[in-house]
Amino acid sequence: MIRKLHSHIGSLQATLWTLIVAPTTWAVHFLFSYLWAAVYCAKTGQFAEEPLVYWVGTGLALLVIAISGYIAVIQSRVPGDPAPHEHSTESDRLRFIAYSTMLLAGLSFIGVIFTAAPVLILEDCR
Amino acid sequence: MSLHDQDDLALRHAQEERLRAAWEPPRGLFLRWTDTNNNRVGVWYTLTAFGFMLFAGVLALIMRTQLAVPDNDLVSPATFNQLFTLHGSAMMFLFAVPMFEAVSIILLPQLLGARDLPFPRLSAFGYWSFLLGGVFVLGSIFFNVAPDGGWFMYPPFTTRTDLSGLGADIWMLGLSFIEVSSVAAAVELIVGILKFRPPGMRLNLMPLYAWYILVVAVMILFAFPPLIAGDLLFEMERLLGWPFFDASKGGDPLLWQHLFWIFGHPEVYIIFLPSIALFAMLVPTFSQRHLLGYPYIVLAAVGTAFLSFGLWVHHMFATGLPKISLAFFSAASQAVVIPTGVQIFALIATIAAGRVIFSTPMLYATGSLAIFVIGGLTGVMVAIVPFDWQAHDTYFVVAHLHYVLIGGTLLPLIAGLYYYWPLITGKKLSDKLGRTAFWIMFAGANLTFFPMHFSGLLGMPRRVVTYSAELGIGWLNMLSTAGSYVFAAGMLVVVVDLCLSPRRAKAARNPWNAGTLEWLALPEDENWGIRSVPLIETRYPIWDQPDFMRKVDEGRFFLPDAEEGRRETISTTVLDARPLAVVRLGGPSWLPMMTAFALGGVFIFTTYHLYWAALASGFLTLAVTLRWLWTTAEIPEKPLKPIGHGLELPLYISGPQAPGWWAMFITMIADATAFSGLVFGYYFFWTIHPEFPPPWADGPGLGWPMIALAITLAGWVATIMARTMNKRDAALPTRLLLGAAGLLSVLAIPAGLAGPWLSGLDPTAHSYPAIVWTLAIWTVAHSGVGAIAQFYALARSLAGRMTAQYDADIRNVTLYHHFMVFTAIVTWCTLGLFPEVA
Ligand code: HEM
Ligand SMILES: [Cu+2]
Repeated sequence: MIRKLHSHIGSLQATLWTLIVAPTTWAVHFLFSYLWAAVYCAKTGQFAEEPLVYWVGTGLALLVIAISGYIAVIQSRVPGDPAPHEHSTESDRLRFIAYSTMLLAGLSFIGVIFTAAPVLILEDCR
Repeated sequence: MSLHDQDDLALRHAQEERLRAAWEPPRGLFLRWTDTNNNRVGVWYTLTAFGFMLFAGVLALIMRTQLAVPDNDLVSPATFNQLFTLHGSAMMFLFAVPMFEAVSIILLPQLLGARDLPFPRLSAFGYWSFLLGGVFVLGSIFFNVAPDGGWFMYPPFTTRTDLSGLGADIWMLGLSFIEVSSVAAAVELIVGILKFRPPGMRLNLMPLYAWYILVVAVMILFAFPPLIAGDLLFEMERLLGWPFFDASKGGDPLLWQHLFWIFGHPEVYIIFLPSIALFAMLVPTFSQRHLLGYPYIVLAAVGTAFLSFGLWVHHMFATGLPKISLAFFSAASQAVVIPTGVQIFALIATIAAGRVIFSTPMLYATGSLAIFVIGGLTGVMVAIVPFDWQAHDTYFVVAHLHYVLIGGTLLPLIAGLYYYWPLITGKKLSDKLGRTAFWIMFAGANLTFFPMHFSGLLGMPRRVVTYSAELGIGWLNMLSTAGSYVFAAGMLVVVVDLCLSPRRAKAARNPWNAGTLEWLALPEDENWGIRSVPLIETRYPIWDQPDFMRKVDEGRFFLPDAEEGRRETISTTVLDARPLAVVRLGGPSWLPMMTAFALGGVFIFTTYHLYWAALASGFLTLAVTLRWLWTTAEIPEKPLKPIGHGLELPLYISGPQAPGWWAMFITMIADATAFSGLVFGYYFFWTIHPEFPPPWADGPGLGWPMIALAITLAGWVATIMARTMNKRDAALPTRLLLGAAGLLSVLAIPAGLAGPWLSGLDPTAHSYPAIVWTLAIWTVAHSGVGAIAQFYALARSLAGRMTAQYDADIRNVTLYHHFMVFTAIVTWCTLGLFPEVA
């Protein structure tokens, strides 16, 4: 079952668009955080009491990033040509994009946590 | 043709003759300026940007002379305001950004083994716009009307026409014009990188310089348009009195700050990443090995690009925004350190792993990194909110920003200058002069800017024309002034070195023994770019592919000939660089220059309130642009063309495969970004007002916006149907549908304006009617352009230039209308529906 999933993932396309899924998620989450806080503070003068929506959104963002990273990890291990994987072949290109996607997913994961952390600590709008 | 055909010397000579003829530059006193070849235009562009930099430097020297001693009165306060504003603006808008685009226009085709960029005439247009706009903005200082509001032009001081004169208009309109040309160049570079790579150069083999330029150009696409939107609002306030930033009429100066810094912070990275890109080319060369950590560098470039957009508010820490907002931005400011660190680490690791040749370019590279790191450290200090409240608007910030900018752009560019000069002129610069200049500038920069940290902490505010002796900072300022002259002396040595170059002998080909494609260039310049378009198998083909140079030179790769005497290059697929088509490029022409001057007229006449002349200039621009467009997407005389090795490629492609389609797509993304800046304005006003729309405003109503939306949707559907009919080769229905679609787009204009007009919204009364009118006008203007596009496609069909097989025009027009519909939905729903729910 897992093996089948992996081979399916290995055959997915990796493009410039899939490369930026994780950072785009970070960007959307960031914008959402900013607007959410700004609109709340401006319109009600205070923070949401129970920022449940916020945490659900953050969890969702982290999930998307994790999936993007997971797919990338598998794709970056697709067996193919010999090392150093710097040739003009299909599998080297796939491995390269996958590897970069994985790194970006890691960075975006940290980014989302960095963004969300202040919400834990701060409680009002001042 | 097979490989062995190229053994025939006579054939090779004949090919070379034909290539030379096709790429023959126009000659003569006037005609030479119609050239569009990237090696010519790129050099003009670079020299112009360099000249503007020197000019801005002279302004800095005047400022430093004024500040040398306390209570000095060399220049008046008014002049001083103009000096720092113009210096800062010129350095950012006329030097840092255009310089990277200029250099890329020269280098990219070489790096990608292409004969030129996709749209040579667009490059030329960008150059002439840049020259005209730059001279216009800088020239203002000689008439004592230069902008004087600081390089970020904060309202309300700058929007009040009683407080600030023509200078503010010159800044807004002159620089908007240059921003438009920057976006045009970005489109060109993106399409070049994605579509014009040589066969075999898959994404994983792309030179890192190209990765960086791709990332930076995309950043420009998202960073500049909000500023252009801001400029637009700004000028509406100044010229027409629409109160976007006027707090007494429901506006808010903070809106400008948001729009400015959404541009302004990414700008810092837009000018810094190309420097790293240069390093990523010269470090491997001088370490004589592959760069380590290729994917990590790509991560760093892409990651920085994203994160840098999450930093804008850190320039607004002192404005009293909610602490939670500040915290988000402070977090992103700290996160961006990660990718920045990764890139520098990869460079250092490569140097450590190779045998370093410590050449002059390397000296500049390492020296600038040292300076940049100091600036980065003080940057982390000011990114900490409480510290920023202390240091904000003091000379501490001036010190910080100059360390970053000199270490991050000026010195790296000189590294690039010493490295790439042989590529462009075939001659090396002097190592002796180069090193001398380096040490003079290095000492000068530190002597100028290090003391400023202390004068800042001792309480010297930035942008002051003078200071009193009691502050005890006289000696620090004297040091800074002395340092600035030392720095200027170093720059002079560089200029002298350049001026001596024509007298020097040619260097060998590939003098640094580099491994990347651009070094195929011959010392005695040929205008064709590359003799034959190579098949790429590795990241450093000159090093790793056997006999590579010889095979290129002997035309043993693709497209070694120009049988029809046309300028051509190969277009490939985005991911894997599979050959797609032979693309014919535009040759020398007056059209780009004329378009630039006509468009410049619109901006310049508006500055002087000569609205009729501006309108006439606008119509002229439209006419020349249409004339220019008419020459594109030409139907070839035969469908296929052999390019060697038994390959035959089409001479015409359309839709998502074609460079023109991509250019439209990318331009429309920039357009949509500018639009979202305006929409942001609407909702921003909603957040700052307890009631928005204000209760007294009963417009634009629901009816007219919905009618406008319906008409636009109908026009969109008609356009799509026309495309389908055209594909089925049904000329008559295609034409009828296009005509109908055009009429619908025209109708959308009065329908859109009727809402605010009939409900009597007065845009000068309050920010609400002002932003409603702005969104409505923006959208109907797009309908107007949409109508022109539809009638254009109709005309092309009637003229037989658009058929079922050759359908680029209608596909691009349809693409435009996809974006059009998006704009219409957002605008008309916001204007019509939002007041109902708010
Ligand atoms: C050694 C060369 C340079 C010197 C001596 C110099 C000097 C100065 C001085 C005296 C100011 C005015 C500070 C104030 O009154 O607040 C200033 C501002 C500024 N400089 Fe430079 N500068 C140099 C190079 C550069 C470079 C290379 C750049 C950018 C690429 C740059 C960008 C700026 C900016 C953006 C400002 C802020 C303008 C404003 O406050 O509106 N400078 N510089
Ligand atoms: Cu910033």
